[in-house]
Amino acid sequence: MSLSRRTLLQASLGAALTAAPYITYAQGSQHIVIIGGGMAGATAAKYLKRFNPQLKVTLIEPNSALVMGALSNRVIHGSLTMSSISQNYDALVSKHQIKLINAYATEIDPEKRVVRMGKESIVYDRLIVAPGLDFNYEGIPGLTTPQAQALVPHAWTAGPQTAQLRSMLKEMRQGGVMAIHIPKAPYRCPPGPYERACLVADYLKNFNPKGKVIVYDSNPSIQAKKELFEAAWKSEFAGIVEYVPNAEIERVDAATGMLELQLHGKQKVDVLNVIPPQRAGSIAQRTGLANVANRWCGVDFLTYESTQIKNIHVLGDSIASAPGMPKSGHMANQEAKVCAAAIAALSLGQPVQVNPIMTNTCYSFFSASKSAHVAAVFRYDATKKVMAPTAGAGGLSAAPTVAEGVYAMSWATNIMYDTLG
Amino acid sequence: MKNLNWVIVPFLLLAMQSGAKAQPAKAASVADAQAVQWASSCMTCHGTDGKVQGVGVQIDTTSAAGIQARLLSFKAGSLPSTIMGQLMKGYSEDEIKRIALQLAQSK
Repeated sequence: MSLSRRTLLQASLGAALTAAPYITYAQGSQHIVIIGGGMAGATAAKYLKRFNPQLKVTLIEPNSALVMGALSNRVIHGSLTMSSISQNYDALVSKHQIKLINAYATEIDPEKRVVRMGKESIVYDRLIVAPGLDFNYEGIPGLTTPQAQALVPHAWTAGPQTAQLRSMLKEMRQGGVMAIHIPKAPYRCPPGPYERACLVADYLKNFNPKGKVIVYDSNPSIQAKKELFEAAWKSEFAGIVEYVPNAEIERVDAATGMLELQLHGKQKVDVLNVIPPQRAGSIAQRTGLANVANRWCGVDFLTYESTQIKNIHVLGDSIASAPGMPKSGHMANQEAKVCAAAIAALSLGQPVQVNPIMTNTCYSFFSASKSAHVAAVFRYDATKKVMAPTAGAGGLSAAPTVAEGVYAMSWATNIMYDTLG
Repeated sequence: MKNLNWVIVPFLLLAMQSGAKAQPAKAASVADAQAVQWASSCMTCHGTDGKVQGVGVQIDTTSAAGIQARLLSFKAGSLPSTIMGQLMKGYSEDEIKRIALQLAQSK
């Protein structure tokens, strides 16, 4: 709503009803626009309407379905299909009265409070930017062109590349080698690459017994669930998974599958999966929201409002996470609720709550049936103004189990329901 | 995409109609807004409004006291769990009580 329109609306209401509460009510019916219908944006849309049904909520999303990143390694493994990890936006529209615009947001004008989608545009009172990640190939010689990138899928946003990597693994020659390259932290889903190594190894064990998967990690050690992955690679995947730490890329020859590493020489592989370094989604970068290390978006952890631009909130993988807070779908869902509660409170002239608490639960599969979790509780640290892990809470599974495999699928079903259902 | 901007007249009418009712927001208008946010955290795994889908664990929302007792048992470790014990150790007894009151209001 433009300023003039809001003024007009308030004036009309004031004239018609002559009571201050109705002015508050007009504020309560603000227009919130959300860019991006991933876990963060879709959850925010749904919970904004739950926390203040008078809000007008518009979600701008170019894809027809949300494809779940959390289960996408199991599509590469061959134990789930793309359709089983995808869900459309129908319930958000029909059940929660969200206006869905199937378009790609191209530009934000913070002065005029306008989001442009090519030639179309929409005016907001508050904007939530939840565009996910942008992949940065600038530091990887040999992978800077779209042609080269097409031969080396990252499959780190669930979608067509997930299906592509599945096909490449399935078609790999008997006795072939797949390499997974991991960027320096922070990146989306800390345990994800190691889970991928386990599931690829499990596939190889059954269908390509002489095949091998090498994990080249830019980091000095495994970034999450370390003990569990190490144990699996020493036992059931011994001789199948090779782990190489401190393995930064020198260059890539996409056509021949040659990976050249800074400290570990050259390795020619049959299937190359390079997960590039990541940064805030491109629209966040272009709008000037990425004010932390020129890479991530700084936010106020009570409202998720940008520390750079007023009336714009940022959610999900694009934010500069507090130390210890992973970039995960579960975190995105949790952050979105805090943000939605804050925006609802502001729209109603109520105080923003100052003691948010959120949880993270993250399952990794080690086969089609076995899974293990890591869990944590985060609460607001008013001194440091960040979300901080709560001492004494959280923890790791002792070992992957079939029972937790069932719980992991229940988690997946319910987070999708809580986000889109 | 013709109707991207809302037309002012129906917008105004809607506002006036609803404005005649009492409190606008279901959740935002309840007394313990902080606990509303805390309890919303549970819904990620246990279903929006505690309506679990599939094989997940259904929260028995019949009594706040019952929920509170169960959560405290997880915290104490007397009720075995994979995750709930680890999570409940991060909440105070007062926070658990307030969360239980919210969950018991789920419809």
